[in-house]
Amino acid sequence: MITKKENIDALEKFSENLEIEGRSLWQDARMRFMRNKAAMVSLVILVLITLSVIIAPLLSQYAFDDTDWYAMHAAPSAEHLFGTDSLGRDLFVRTLLGGQISLMVGVLGALVAVVIGTVYGATSGFIGGRVDRMMMRILEILYSIPFMFLVIVLVTFFGRNIYLIFIAIGAIAWLDMARIVRGQTLSLRNKEFIEAAHVSGVSQWNIIRRHIIPNVLGIVAVYSTLLVPSMILTESFLSFLGLGVQEPMTSWGALLQEGAQTMEIAIWQLSFPAAFMVVTLFCFNYIGDGLRDALDPKDR
Amino acid sequence: MQFKRSLLSTALLATTLIGASFAAQAAVVPEGVKLAAKQELVRGNGTEVASLDPHKTEGVPESHVIRDLLEGLVNQDADGKTIPGVAESWTTADNKTFTFNLRKDAKWSNGDPVTAHDFVYSFQRAVDPNTASPYSWYLEMTTMQNASDIIAGKKDKSTLGVKAVDDYTFEVSLESAVPYFVMMMGHTTVKPVHKATVEKFGDKWTKPENFVGNGAFVVNNWVVNERIELVPNTQYWDNANTVLTKVTFLPIENQVAEMNRFLSGEIDITNELPNEHFRRLQKEHPESLAIKGNLCTYYYNFNTHKAPFDDVRVRKAISYAIDRDIVANAILGQGQKPAYFLTPEIVAGFSPELPAYGKLSQKERIAKAKQLLEEAGYNKANPLKFTLLYNTSENHKKIAVAIGSMWKKSLGVEVVLENQEWKTYLETKKQGDFEAARAGWCGDYNEASTFTSLMEGKNTTGGIHYKSAAYDKLVKDAVETTDDAQREKLYYAQEQLLADDMPLAPIYQYVTARLLNPAVGGYAENNAEDKLYSKDMYIIQK
Amino acid sequence: MFKFILKRILEAIPTMLILITVSFFLMRFAPGSPFSSERTLPPQVMANINAKYGLDKPVFDQYTTYLTNVLQGDLGPSFKYKDFTVNELVVSALPVSAKIGALAFIFAVVFGVSVGTLAALRQNSWLDYAVMSTAMLGIVMPSFVLAPVLIYIFSIGLGWFPAGGWLDGSLQYMVLPVLGMAMMYVATFARITRGSMIEVLNSNFIRTARAKGLSYSYIVVKHALKPAMLPVISYMGPAFVGIITGSVVIETIFGLPGIGKLFVNAAFNRDYSLVMGVTILIGFLFILFNAIVDILLAYVDPKIRY
Repeated sequence: MITKKENIDALEKFSENLEIEGRSLWQDARMRFMRNKAAMVSLVILVLITLSVIIAPLLSQYAFDDTDWYAMHAAPSAEHLFGTDSLGRDLFVRTLLGGQISLMVGVLGALVAVVIGTVYGATSGFIGGRVDRMMMRILEILYSIPFMFLVIVLVTFFGRNIYLIFIAIGAIAWLDMARIVRGQTLSLRNKEFIEAAHVSGVSQWNIIRRHIIPNVLGIVAVYSTLLVPSMILTESFLSFLGLGVQEPMTSWGALLQEGAQTMEIAIWQLSFPAAFMVVTLFCFNYIGDGLRDALDPKDR
Repeated sequence: MQFKRSLLSTALLATTLIGASFAAQAAVVPEGVKLAAKQELVRGNGTEVASLDPHKTEGVPESHVIRDLLEGLVNQDADGKTIPGVAESWTTADNKTFTFNLRKDAKWSNGDPVTAHDFVYSFQRAVDPNTASPYSWYLEMTTMQNASDIIAGKKDKSTLGVKAVDDYTFEVSLESAVPYFVMMMGHTTVKPVHKATVEKFGDKWTKPENFVGNGAFVVNNWVVNERIELVPNTQYWDNANTVLTKVTFLPIENQVAEMNRFLSGEIDITNELPNEHFRRLQKEHPESLAIKGNLCTYYYNFNTHKAPFDDVRVRKAISYAIDRDIVANAILGQGQKPAYFLTPEIVAGFSPELPAYGKLSQKERIAKAKQLLEEAGYNKANPLKFTLLYNTSENHKKIAVAIGSMWKKSLGVEVVLENQEWKTYLETKKQGDFEAARAGWCGDYNEASTFTSLMEGKNTTGGIHYKSAAYDKLVKDAVETTDDAQREKLYYAQEQLLADDMPLAPIYQYVTARLLNPAVGGYAENNAEDKLYSKDMYIIQK
Repeated sequence: MFKFILKRILEAIPTMLILITVSFFLMRFAPGSPFSSERTLPPQVMANINAKYGLDKPVFDQYTTYLTNVLQGDLGPSFKYKDFTVNELVVSALPVSAKIGALAFIFAVVFGVSVGTLAALRQNSWLDYAVMSTAMLGIVMPSFVLAPVLIYIFSIGLGWFPAGGWLDGSLQYMVLPVLGMAMMYVATFARITRGSMIEVLNSNFIRTARAKGLSYSYIVVKHALKPAMLPVISYMGPAFVGIITGSVVIETIFGLPGIGKLFVNAAFNRDYSLVMGVTILIGFLFILFNAIVDILLAYVDPKIRY
């Protein structure tokens, strides 16, 4: 029995063979990704959200910290699209501005994790031997340390600032990254083209830089798309404890925390930021899933 | 909402003999009230108590519990008046030497009699450097003989000015005349502890299995971060009048969580209520709202040693531009009042004339503020910038954001808000490493000096943000004078000086707003210090 | 296996040492003292307090003293809760968190795996989509939003469960906290199970089994479930860490006297000894649980041998 999907697959394979030049892994992946409807829709929504959190606050007639004593906890209306908070600040602007911060923390946090994790994992996997065992042992030790608790201590003790926050949460997340990259590197190390590079006298560092890193980028890309939402959630966790960004700045986490306290009287304070955050996280997750499916050779 | 100022306590008058004239105060259940079968009370208590040892605590939550567990020389009635506690009566001829006559039927929960020796031991323990009580300075404030030297380790604790004349006569000698001394004896730090128990168990004497107290209740169960349960002390001299059979204190920091537990019927008296929900609660649960004046002031400190606030014009401008009516009425709106003094107006015998700026309209104040800033060299091209420090809390945040936006709107000032965790905040303030900072103070007793002494050089963290010789002199004079009218004048002069110097901007006067189960009787709704005695309360049959 | 366990124990020693050292010095270099208060304490009183808690000695001496005490199982007195030692506090808080955490964990695994398997068996049906979208919602909804909603509906609205507290830890007090904590992990376990189950069901040995004419449900239970559990078991480690961390939120919202609440209060109060005590305990639990997960993996996957 041939299902519809298999039908399409067969056609694909056929058309692949027709092409004279073979497609690269990347082109292949891109095509597969583009065929994934959920992922594509998510991508479009995510781009829209990103653009609107950057641009819309600039266009609004209200500043994010404009208070209005006569419109405290005002319900959504034409004037205040998303209503106002307990100090009469426009929630539309604040939700979008909070999105800026949350996305920034998410992306930068993920970036920190990716950079540390990739370098660490690639080095460990590539050098191998005793160094690898050492580095993995260190990783195991780090796994046993309750980092979230150290971050709480760090942020309560040394005061909160946004850089500290994303460095801190990025630093927690790199462990998994390092493990994954090491695994990939190990399998790459024994490939012929790396041996060829060795033979031609390319320095170790250059091999890592030119050959290993580009080749593990795929898995890194997938993992970091899935990392961004978890970073955003971590930031909101810190916001819940009152350790997030400083007022009058805000983030989705901080808005949700406030909204959850006032849901009986101003549900819009919870629902709008929640909707934005949930949709964004959904999108990241679907894109991550889509990328994984697109890049996973087993799926071919 | 009306806040009646409590009358000058009779304790203030020299050579008075009171006691016999007062009826026993515990739980006076009015006639016709039918008591519920289950007499159990659950009280929200803010945070977990640091300790139940009166000589190791400094906070309000601890005081709430200890008030039920230990009884000092004097208590307070529902209106905040000082009434006899373990002391039946007291006399003084010069406000320097006080003689307390202790009741002979007072007993510890293990049956031992409460004697003057217990008080001697406890007072000495409070100032003993080895106890390291964070509130030992309180005894220093009473000017008790040698208290300062003992705390500083210069003299032995046995030299403290306290004496047991006989088992039931306790005498205290002060260095200078303090007419409100008896009132000060209602504080947690001056509660007695049971010597034998403390010496036997050390730090562990407050555990339920070890605890011995002389209050109306004893600790029955204590789970940190969850609950403290008290049951009546059968040995208490007035136990016959204790109605409740169990009192539970819950440490719930989050006001919304506390409200939710009240609304689902798990708490009878909350500690606070969330600001945002006030109007909703007013509409939906008006019968459960209890609001009363409180002996506390909310203010912002300026660091007068650091630019830009080393300039009095800047301090004044910034203070004038705060629209206190908006803060008190629109943002808070539970009956808080705008503040123009460090001392709240609810304090007994305190009703000075408003300072000049207090009489202006907000518009005039802002005009004045603009002018002052201009004179100090700040304008649009060179806007004033500073950082406002506050400790992490929803309410402080809200007020800081609101006032920050007032400054921005009316004066074009750029304010950076910085919130720090309580301990970091205290450390920053201690180091003088701030420009403007939130502060608040609640009176330890119902008298202006508990507030005005805050700005004394030695209390502003060694004068780190304010030190004025003129002010220190006024404080000293007020302590030393024996004339009540003169003292009052000196307090007013201190407040006037604060308005001229503006080392702090008073913002509003607190109220205690909480949710109260209508079935609870005997709630002291006029006690400005919020001294609630569980022994006075009872549950009414619905 | 015995050798493996011994190896894990030996490895745990340097980890614990590092953890103790890092947290000790982090604590000592932090601004703010556990004994700051609104009014400045007279220097003599401050000195006495410092002396009482051994803070007057050189930092290195404090460190060695602390280390020796910890080795003897003594975590010292709490700086904030002056009537208790850290040991007493931890001993009273741990059972609460353990009970809630264990229930949440079991609930998440059992419920998540069943739902995930169900979705995998009905791949691409409306049931699959419904389950997986709900799961995604569970993953992206922070527990501090979910928990108040649960309270609002089930405590204030319906009055079924108390809005917080612990009392003696009876079932009614645990339902909402366990739900609030488990939701995210139910969702994650469901997703993982579904993914790996689909993969296993498509593998050759299952096809063979089906070709032999064995009943489908027999195949799923007897053959597919065990290999499909591998990624699920691997995720148990992170889930455990997440549940411990999440206890901070849940215990704060429901006012439970557990480890998470204890830790947050301790950090805010600068209760050095308590912060360290809890950190050490949690680090120890992490090591223990990671080891358990590894043993489980070895049991399920015959390819892994130690």
